[in-house]
Amino acid sequence: MAPDSTPAQALARPASPWRTAFWLLLPLAVLLGILALLILGKPLERLTEGSPPVEKVSFERVRLTPGLISLSVRADGSQPVTIAQVQVDAAFRTFTIEPPGPIGRLGTARIDIPYPWVDGEGHKVVLLSSTGAAFEREIEVARATPSLDTPTLAILALVGILLGVAPVATGLLAFPALGTLSPAGMRFVLALTVGLLGYLFLDTLGEGLEQAAGALERLRAQAAVWVTMIISAGALMLLGRRGGRAPEGAALAAFIAFGIGLHNLGEGLAVGAAIAAGEAALATFLVVGFTIHNVSEGFGIAAPLVGRRPRLLTFVGLAALAGLPAVPGVWVGAQAVSPFWMAICFGIGAGAILQVIVEVTGLIVRREGSAALLSPASLAGVGVGLAVMYLTALFV
Amino acid sequence: MLANPKRRLLLGAGAVAGAIATPIAAGFAVRSAVGQAHGPAHGGAGTTHAAAGHGIPGMEGDNLIVGAVDHARNGFNPHDILTDWDVGEVSTGPDGRRTREWVVTAVDKEVELAPELMFPAWTFNGRIPGPTLRCTEGERLRIVFNNGSAHPHSMHFHGIHSWRMDGVPYAGLVQPGGQFIYEFDAKPFGCHLYHCHALPLKRHIHKGMYGAFIVDPDPARHPEATAVAESRLLGSARNAEWQEIMICMNAFDTNFDDENEIYAANTIPFAYQQKPIRVERGRKLRIYLVNITEFDPVNSFHVHGNFFDYYDHGTTLTPTLRVVDTIMQCQGQRGIIEMDWSEHEPGHYMFHAHQSEFAELGWMSHFEVV
Repeated sequence: MAPDSTPAQALARPASPWRTAFWLLLPLAVLLGILALLILGKPLERLTEGSPPVEKVSFERVRLTPGLISLSVRADGSQPVTIAQVQVDAAFRTFTIEPPGPIGRLGTARIDIPYPWVDGEGHKVVLLSSTGAAFEREIEVARATPSLDTPTLAILALVGILLGVAPVATGLLAFPALGTLSPAGMRFVLALTVGLLGYLFLDTLGEGLEQAAGALERLRAQAAVWVTMIISAGALMLLGRRGGRAPEGAALAAFIAFGIGLHNLGEGLAVGAAIAAGEAALATFLVVGFTIHNVSEGFGIAAPLVGRRPRLLTFVGLAALAGLPAVPGVWVGAQAVSPFWMAICFGIGAGAILQVIVEVTGLIVRREGSAALLSPASLAGVGVGLAVMYLTALFV
Repeated sequence: MLANPKRRLLLGAGAVAGAIATPIAAGFAVRSAVGQAHGPAHGGAGTTHAAAGHGIPGMEGDNLIVGAVDHARNGFNPHDILTDWDVGEVSTGPDGRRTREWVVTAVDKEVELAPELMFPAWTFNGRIPGPTLRCTEGERLRIVFNNGSAHPHSMHFHGIHSWRMDGVPYAGLVQPGGQFIYEFDAKPFGCHLYHCHALPLKRHIHKGMYGAFIVDPDPARHPEATAVAESRLLGSARNAEWQEIMICMNAFDTNFDDENEIYAANTIPFAYQQKPIRVERGRKLRIYLVNITEFDPVNSFHVHGNFFDYYDHGTTLTPTLRVVDTIMQCQGQRGIIEMDWSEHEPGHYMFHAHQSEFAELGWMSHFEVV
């Protein structure tokens, strides 16, 4: 573009790069000045001097191995938090803390407490800080954290496959039936997919926010969930449309599978966490529930492929993409993960699902115009999709 | 204290939800030196507290506090408190009447209760329990009380005296910087206590404002039991045949939730576990036992491998309970325990509260019988 092509640009003198740099650096310099004043000049000292320390500790992981309780904690507050003593079940206990000494703001430490915890029973850990504050963590049902040996990994992987891959593959089997549908039927199926995805979006986002509530306040984990959701939706949108066109067919199916895969990663985390939390009895029940729930996901992945002739391998790939993330989910969940990173993970998942909702909706509009979105078939499809997901979620 | 854990039947996927607690904003500034290496490194049972002392290695299992309290910085040592009777200044008037006078000062002080755990205490003379005031039946007592604390305080003595000398909000309450002289006769003889009676009472007590007040019987007033009375009279030849110690059963609510985090004999949890109390077999043991534990209705004393006689309130010269190994005291109750170790095999004999929770939270001790 020519610099003098409009009168406005002609009036403005050609910007000197030095000038621009100056006006950009000035605010930076002022900011540094304000910070220096606050930190070196201490104008607020009268306010904060002698004020009681504020201490917060969140328990990010609790791992139980025979004779040992291991905690990962994160601290926050107006000053580093010193864990002075540890009580288990209302008794002082010996412990070690790594790294030794106080835990800095937002810093983490691992606390190992030799303790003859009892399988299947409840325990309570209290950390006493140097100010006498008590931070409690209840272990509702004590079970050994699954070790990472091959047989354990294998059985957990089986759980993940049953949970993720099997139902998605089952849903994909409906693909030939989809090909025989009328245009209204097809519209219904696509809208159904939007409904299914809409439910998953709400569910994933809700999980993320719930996890975020367990993280330290100052990590702003709930905001982080929203931010990662929006950024990942935008990034995937960018990726999907990098050829200048909206993804369709196998590409769209792949994106749907990817979003669902991230959701299933979250489900895997939940099942793994249930096993780690001593609720293995619930695990079978959970897997049955998630399996029923996830069959509809396969259905949604198949929808954009209607009218095309995908290869069998494509289906295998899609099922793997959507289902396999459940396997690492179970592995990681069984080891107990920091709520903050869980929340971020759910945020990304929600973003991925939001992206495919937009793209599938776009597909309906491109096929039949925007009026089609409000047709009875579409509205019914969305409604049925949401309802089916909700009702099958009751099995979980 | 611990709620019955219940199994969760339904799973929220947030099975690893974190817990967040915020301390009640009541602490003073925390000491700045909390940063150094955190206690001794532990390799598990049996390797701990090599420096602590005289116990059997591993005798505490893993039920212990980590590190060691800096008694010098606290300005008092639970081992000294066992026997540091404060007899004040005695003067004899023209009529031959003995007057005993003490000066006691209220001080706000950060006390290291457990290693690295600082508590914003209120104290008499900078220690918890306050000075063990010991006198003899019939003396005139003058307690000059200076309030050097930032809060109003009083000294309320358990004893026989006028309401004017009672140390309650309407008589003898001292504002910061003020002074009051409590004056009354030493009676009845026994094992008593004093404590601050300013309001709110719970807070003033659990912050550390209490101490033992022991009135020895005057043998001349007890012709029917002169020898017994003499054995209780500090400084007499018969008294020298005894080992006497004072144990104040107390507890601390470090996070101000009206439940105790720490229980102890003489303030520092496990102090007599880390370093047992030495008892000679040749002399009988007399314990002046006081319970000032706040929030819990009773505290108790139980000894292993031996039985004892007990004098409730110490106001009699014959035991009120004979041949028992466990007694309990409500808050403010106290008594005298008399124990004989002469026939025992030397070694370590445990004593503690027989509320297991109190024991494991710090009120666990040992005698080292030699």
